[in-house]
Amino acid sequence: MKKAANIYTILCFLILYAPVAVMILFSFNSTDSIFSFSGFSMQWYESILSGGEAVDTLINSLVLAALSAVISTVVGTAAAIGIFHMKRKWIKNATMQVTNIPMMNPDIVTGISMMLLFITVGTLINANILGFWTILIAHITFSLPYVILSVMPKLRQLDPNLTEAALDLGCTPMQAFLKVELPAIIPGIISGMIMAFTLSLDDFVISYFTTGATFKTFPTYIYSLVKKPFKPNIYALSSIMTIAVLVLLIISNIISARGENSGKPAKAKKSRSLRKGKEGKR
Amino acid sequence: MKRRSLLQRFAAAPHIAWSVLFIVIPLLFIIYYTFTDAAGGFTLENLATIASPEYLMIFLRSVMFSILATVICLLIGYPLAYRIASMKPRTQRIVIVLVMLPMWLNFLIRTYCLKILLNDQGIINTFLGNFGIEPLKLLNTSGAVIFAMVYNYLPYMILPIYTVISKMDQNLLTAAADLGCNRFQTMTKVVLPLSFSGIMSGVTMVFVPSISTFYISDAMGGRTFSLIGDTIERQFKEADNYNVGSALSLVLMILIIISMSIMNKYSDDDGGVVV
Amino acid sequence: MKRPIRYLLTLLLFAVLFASFPVLPVSAEEVTLNVYNWGEYLSYDDPECYDVLKEFEKYYESTYGKSIQVNYSEYDSNESLYAKIKNGVSGYDVIIPSDYMIARLIDEELLEKLNYENIPNYQYIDNAFKGLYYDPSNEYTVPYTYGRVGIIYNSEMVDEKDVNGTWDLMWNENYRDKILQFNNSRDAFGTAMYKLGLDVNTTDAAVWQQAKDELIKQKPILKSFVMDEVFGEMMNGDAAVAAYYAGDYLYMYEDNDALRFYYPEEGSNLFVDAMCVPKGCQNKEVAEIFINFMLSKDAAIANAECTYYASPNSLVYDDPEYAEYMNSIHEDAMDILYPADFDFHVAYDEYCFKNLDRDTLNMVNELWEDVKISDSIGISVYILCILVIVVIVGMIVRHTVVWKRRSKYYD
Repeated sequence: MKKAANIYTILCFLILYAPVAVMILFSFNSTDSIFSFSGFSMQWYESILSGGEAVDTLINSLVLAALSAVISTVVGTAAAIGIFHMKRKWIKNATMQVTNIPMMNPDIVTGISMMLLFITVGTLINANILGFWTILIAHITFSLPYVILSVMPKLRQLDPNLTEAALDLGCTPMQAFLKVELPAIIPGIISGMIMAFTLSLDDFVISYFTTGATFKTFPTYIYSLVKKPFKPNIYALSSIMTIAVLVLLIISNIISARGENSGKPAKAKKSRSLRKGKEGKR
Repeated sequence: MKRRSLLQRFAAAPHIAWSVLFIVIPLLFIIYYTFTDAAGGFTLENLATIASPEYLMIFLRSVMFSILATVICLLIGYPLAYRIASMKPRTQRIVIVLVMLPMWLNFLIRTYCLKILLNDQGIINTFLGNFGIEPLKLLNTSGAVIFAMVYNYLPYMILPIYTVISKMDQNLLTAAADLGCNRFQTMTKVVLPLSFSGIMSGVTMVFVPSISTFYISDAMGGRTFSLIGDTIERQFKEADNYNVGSALSLVLMILIIISMSIMNKYSDDDGGVVV
Repeated sequence: MKRPIRYLLTLLLFAVLFASFPVLPVSAEEVTLNVYNWGEYLSYDDPECYDVLKEFEKYYESTYGKSIQVNYSEYDSNESLYAKIKNGVSGYDVIIPSDYMIARLIDEELLEKLNYENIPNYQYIDNAFKGLYYDPSNEYTVPYTYGRVGIIYNSEMVDEKDVNGTWDLMWNENYRDKILQFNNSRDAFGTAMYKLGLDVNTTDAAVWQQAKDELIKQKPILKSFVMDEVFGEMMNGDAAVAAYYAGDYLYMYEDNDALRFYYPEEGSNLFVDAMCVPKGCQNKEVAEIFINFMLSKDAAIANAECTYYASPNSLVYDDPEYAEYMNSIHEDAMDILYPADFDFHVAYDEYCFKNLDRDTLNMVNELWEDVKISDSIGISVYILCILVIVVIVGMIVRHTVVWKRRSKYYD
């Protein structure tokens, strides 16, 4: 029984990784074919070093993802706090419903609806506005709900008495927020930001509809490539990204596993950092 | 009740303004285009167009493909998630990383690699050719489209189910066994109902992208049959018919809202005894 | 995700953010030029080739003392180009559509008139390519390439007996699931209309209907509808027969020498792709300088040697090195691209696509949509799916029944 389960697991992973294996294999191809493998060479990895459009668009995507993550985190965190403290139930519900729309809606509908808006505005002011800024707006819009949804639970876990205490002890509301509330919800904010970053980096459909003449993201660039015979340098670039992510994930796992296995040192570390924080404040 | 600070009062304002501008108004545009013709006059013709048998067939086909993809994802993903959850904690973590890893690869590239695997002279057929098997028609079939959907969205099914199962109280299983359940009964009466919320979020996360995808059906189906996603895309990018395109999007949106609310209904009531 | 990686990623994110601010859209100071072209249709981004875009940036900077950035993007059919341009606010400065689309764009006042004083190299364009129907008084366009649609087949997969020099090969049942059709309305209808001997520029609905029926008849034996995907499919031997443009055949032949090519007897589309400037262009003069640069000898030859399309530029076709290079790709390359006994003007009048009026266009679009959405997949999927749905519904019903019984019990 157990053996069967293991075989099943391995089989699933084989299928899951077959295309990845194909990609990595062909990234070492010695010719520029992505269909037939003729021999090993590192030329496609070397070609990345010399730049080119693939690298440029990847950098575009990283910048876009970083900017949209930061903005949507700031706006989204503020929104989560605001929504959390809303008094009237129906306003709260309505806001949450609207916030959730981009998450529930299929990407293609979100993309098209924004495209219609941008085109109409563009026609009105008689200028082309499709480009970096429209993609940025679109990415912020679909990232916002994820940020809000990852901050919200942390706010709920927050003990309101803590804020009260801070206020009683002479903090201004702003200080109370910065010194008491913010540190408590930081994990939620950060995971929201990472979510926003990866979503934006990976998004193709919405960028495809809101993109214009002046700005290409990595996925939209790939889309224009996959229609024609492209070169294995894309594979090389993707392989590097995959390996980088794998290494990052494994490192984080090792670190957290070590923290869990030897509970004491981790705790000690934590309290030390807390103490440090106090000293800093003084 | 205590007074809200200025911050708490107005913190949501930018977000609300943003949502109105970039969520609500764009959706109004879709509605506007649905009910107007090319000249801007009111018409119901777009809805009439997509009520024709051909378009209904497209909707039916898309719904069927995505239901099949979702069910297959569930059938493959559930046992896998269950198996992963029963591994040693350290192995678990690594295996989950392995499940997530392909998701970090751009999905266009992932799909393209699938295409290379499945094509007539692709890797699988070349391999089979060594044994004297004629090339099978794997690509450009409805099976290929469904397979690509399953492949692309399987992690979305595994992760939520895994999360729920791994948090499940092991004592419940022991209790079930003590009370005379055999393994099969424990599975159907305890584990399955308790992981229902995970199943539901997995189903939603697979169903919605599958029903609206346009690249997968383009690449894997050879464009010889249409799903909703590519039909919508074609209206905007090729056929230059924003009105019919908007009507299709609106219907798709409503379809998804309906199916989501049905799913919510069944996931909200008492831990669901669907099975 | 665990904590340490969170901080790591955040750090990374900020690092990326600050390290790459130079990539953000440039200020108004720098000149930008947005070029929108067909895929595989310009020599650039290949370390071994003359990079037309980079060279232009260099040329512009050295001549005019201002730096310029060229944004280059690609489309894969005239129709998708039109969808982007039609709002008049596309932001593109130079586009390269085909003849019938140019006629339509001029008709809808979507193109700018060119100032030919900025394009002195226009003199090298062969006179046969001036004053064609789409731009009779030479006001809007500068020809870039021309060519003709033909049939490409793989000699290892296609029996020579089936090759009779006509369009029939595209409808031959023997090559079921091995045939590729155009994924754009005009070219796809063209194949059917030439096959049936119909007028490709007719406004007669019945004729278009007839062509549509022919396309629907062909659909079950098609492998797929393709544009530039044709390269991969044919080069790799995944498909056996395809109709595509002559220049692209040479591109494929370079990779797979089993491929053969012919112009069907019944005729096939002859096209000219020309550079134009769309309305709403930010900087028309720079666009004209770019067009002029594209006609200069090095750039024009680089493009011709990269795309393999026939060039109307005498600097190119008269160049012996170019001819030699082309013939090294395929021994008949020059004959395929520039047939000897061929009066372009006469042939063009007979075989070009003309712009259709609005009503006909809408009708063609609808017919094309009918072709695309017509059904050709097996019934098994539906049966399987109905089974699944029945099972799901059954579970829901059972659930409801159990639920009711239980609640009765608890009451």
